[in-house]
Amino acid sequence: MTAHFSQERPAWPQNELTRVPYWVYDDEDVYRKEQDGIYQGPVWNYLGLEAELPEQGDYKTTFVGDMPVIVVRGEDGTINAFENRCAHRGSLLALQNRGKAKNFTCVYHAWSHDLQGNLKSVAFRRGINGEGGMPADFDLKQHGPRKLRTETFCGLVFGTLSAETPDIETYLGEAVTARLRRVLHKPIRIYGQYTQALPNNWKLYFENVKDTYHSSLLHTFFATFKVSRLSQGGGVIVADTGGHHVSYSLSHKGGKDEEFANEGLRSNQEDFSLNDASVLDIVDEFGDGCHVQILSVFPGFVLQAIHNSLAVRQILPKNSRQTDLIWTLIGFTDDDERMQTLRMKHANLVGPAGYVSMEDGAVGGFVQRGTAGAACQSSVVMMGGASTSTSSSRASENSIRGFWKFYRNLVKL
Amino acid sequence: MADIQNDKAALLGLLADMMEDYARAIDLDQLERWPDFFEENCIYKVTSRENVAAGYPFGVLFADSRGMLADRVRSLREANIYEGQVYRHLMGRPFILSVDNGLVQVETSFLILRTMRTGEMSTFAAGTYQDRVRVADGKASFVERIVVCDSSRVDTLLALPL
Repeated sequence: MTAHFSQERPAWPQNELTRVPYWVYDDEDVYRKEQDGIYQGPVWNYLGLEAELPEQGDYKTTFVGDMPVIVVRGEDGTINAFENRCAHRGSLLALQNRGKAKNFTCVYHAWSHDLQGNLKSVAFRRGINGEGGMPADFDLKQHGPRKLRTETFCGLVFGTLSAETPDIETYLGEAVTARLRRVLHKPIRIYGQYTQALPNNWKLYFENVKDTYHSSLLHTFFATFKVSRLSQGGGVIVADTGGHHVSYSLSHKGGKDEEFANEGLRSNQEDFSLNDASVLDIVDEFGDGCHVQILSVFPGFVLQAIHNSLAVRQILPKNSRQTDLIWTLIGFTDDDERMQTLRMKHANLVGPAGYVSMEDGAVGGFVQRGTAGAACQSSVVMMGGASTSTSSSRASENSIRGFWKFYRNLVKL
Repeated sequence: MADIQNDKAALLGLLADMMEDYARAIDLDQLERWPDFFEENCIYKVTSRENVAAGYPFGVLFADSRGMLADRVRSLREANIYEGQVYRHLMGRPFILSVDNGLVQVETSFLILRTMRTGEMSTFAAGTYQDRVRVADGKASFVERIVVCDSSRVDTLLALPL
């Protein structure tokens, strides 16, 4: 865990997006700059689902970068978010992953905070028997955990610490907003939740999500069943800022994939058949023939609609070499029994045990380990040229370059 | 043999043998044998205490037929990419909750150590197997196996079944 190379790292030329130096995935100094520039900067951090907090006083604890955060539905029904840190000596206020609260009283010295994160009372403020206590001019209002501005959109809760962050729809841009609405168009039901501990820098996972080029090459399960091929219809939308993306593919018509056959790729096995093919039954629930959509919002949110498996993923950096990926599998409150079963079956495609995504949990670690001695080297991001725009081809890396465009505006390296 | 349901020691022996052989199939890389421990129509699910407590129906893995289990083995062998690794199952004594008409409800603690090709060894999973086992003709097979992990956190990936 030593051998960081912030001193001798080579410069990264301004505006260079087709080369990414490997030191950005490992350097502790970069990690610290990201905390200020990104997580506490002008971005919308995904905090959770409204469905996780149905009633007033319902709360969950999460993170904005390294910062621990409480997200709670207040008495007026709106969702508040504030630092999970006592105004007094800095102890965690909430010690559970989720729960119900009337207020947040620190266990250490019983300083109490309301559901908006305001400090409301200090134990023994007037002292005991006229001795001790806080100075008379101590002002509760001047003390308290930092508050986040929150917005909810399509049942998602986002928070920001910066006054400069534009409203959520402006932040996402029209195209990404429309694609979020396409999926999250009615009340959400939660099917399950788990955390995948990734042995790599958070950016390697976020790039992987945006990387349409790898999907049918690394993940051979889908390709083998002719479900996802680079040659089938689809495309990549990149937000104008570059930070967010949507990739989608239309259903495959079946048959041999000539491009794959010509390249002699590992995934082109024609004779592979399933004992129980029900895992591939699809209900066209959005009525547009699009059966795979992956959407990302900078810096740490992914919405996935793979067949009928819907999930949101929250990407949380832990340190420069470790990341937590929190999956929440969802459906809708009006899912009938058949749809419930289908969502559970399709959920086998994703997550740490997923037929098509277990490799994503490991491949970031392969890069992290592969580049351990390569601080002066760079990765090559040239598929599709140097463009960072929307593209009809998924054999491109436009959305990865878009990510770096947005990133470099926020983090000056 | 029908009497085995009334002979607790014999029943416990049968269940313990089954649990042990199930673990051997996985730990000794005989994955093709793994589906054989289940009935044709079965449930195999990997979830966590947290998901169960919250009433969420899903965990990280779900199958509702033996065919789906066989498909998972085939996918692990032919499609999926994961680094060389082995499990070592350690299990507690099966605790019989009920016996009813050939159907036994049984709970067994487990601890799984995972050793990677690098030699790196970790406590990968711990929890309980919550099983419904059909006992007939001196044989036992899973009607349902719910793997309830104590932790909702999975390190990197869950390739081999638990």
